[in-house]
Amino acid sequence: MKSSVITFPGSNCDRDMEVALKKFGFKNKMVWHADAELPKSDLVVLPGGFSYGDYLRCGSMASKSKIMNSVINFANSGGMVMGICNGFQILVETGLVPGVLLRNKYLEFICKNVFVKINNKQNKYFKNVNNEVLEFHIAHNEGNYFCTKDQLKEIEDNNQIAINYCDENGKVEDKFNPNGSIKNIAGIFNKEKNVLGMMPHPERMIDTSLSGEDGSLFFKNLINNLK
Amino acid sequence: MKISIIITLKKDVLDPQGKVIQQTLNGMGFDDVNEVRQGKYFEIDTKHNDKDKAKAKVDEMCKKLLANLVIENYKIIDPK
Repeated sequence: MKSSVITFPGSNCDRDMEVALKKFGFKNKMVWHADAELPKSDLVVLPGGFSYGDYLRCGSMASKSKIMNSVINFANSGGMVMGICNGFQILVETGLVPGVLLRNKYLEFICKNVFVKINNKQNKYFKNVNNEVLEFHIAHNEGNYFCTKDQLKEIEDNNQIAINYCDENGKVEDKFNPNGSIKNIAGIFNKEKNVLGMMPHPERMIDTSLSGEDGSLFFKNLINNLK
Repeated sequence: MKISIIITLKKDVLDPQGKVIQQTLNGMGFDDVNEVRQGKYFEIDTKHNDKDKAKAKVDEMCKKLLANLVIENYKIIDPK
């Protein structure tokens, strides 16, 4: 399985993502934002970081990069595209997934482990994950998911919510919402479920000596689903 | 021709920064502040001399990059 990780000026989780992808069997290529062509890929990842210093709105500049035309075409033809953290912010700015990510409700940069409940397993990202709840890491200032009422209705009607913030038992409640996101949304799909944007970083949970293992579960499962 | 744009958050979008500014103003003794909403201001020097052409281009820029219409409104100010 071939993956591509896009590096934008200011990306800082691109190499961690590559380590994670390689660890679980992907042949990965790092792709520079100014390139026009995407290498042949089974998965494209927009990594976390602070592309273009978060100028104007997080992800807005990166969403207009040269490489993004190829990424958008790839996604629109059914290719798997995953945006993590700043990558999620870039995805919403392209319009590939609906909504926006606002400043966290309590204006704090949040850096901690959280639990997320998988809301939809009928897709290549979460199919066959045995767990209902995963422990991931978040580190963001703008992760407060917002969309219009009409968009929310569409998102719910199409079962586009991927994961919600919850407690360790999978209870999705306001008090387990770290940043003020509507409906505790931590990640969403496009309608077709080939594009996933999420704030948590699975690539930070791939080594028991450093953190947890739930990222390993996620990546192992992902590569199997793509085979 | 220079064109100015003001971008504001839509009414029902939470503005945590505006809220903190309001609380600070209240704390400083400005009891007369009900609410603060923070926005953005741009000045764009375009190559156009025709006002309508310049405004039309800036309108396109707002839609494509400067504003996110899910959460923001924009207003193009008539050049003097």
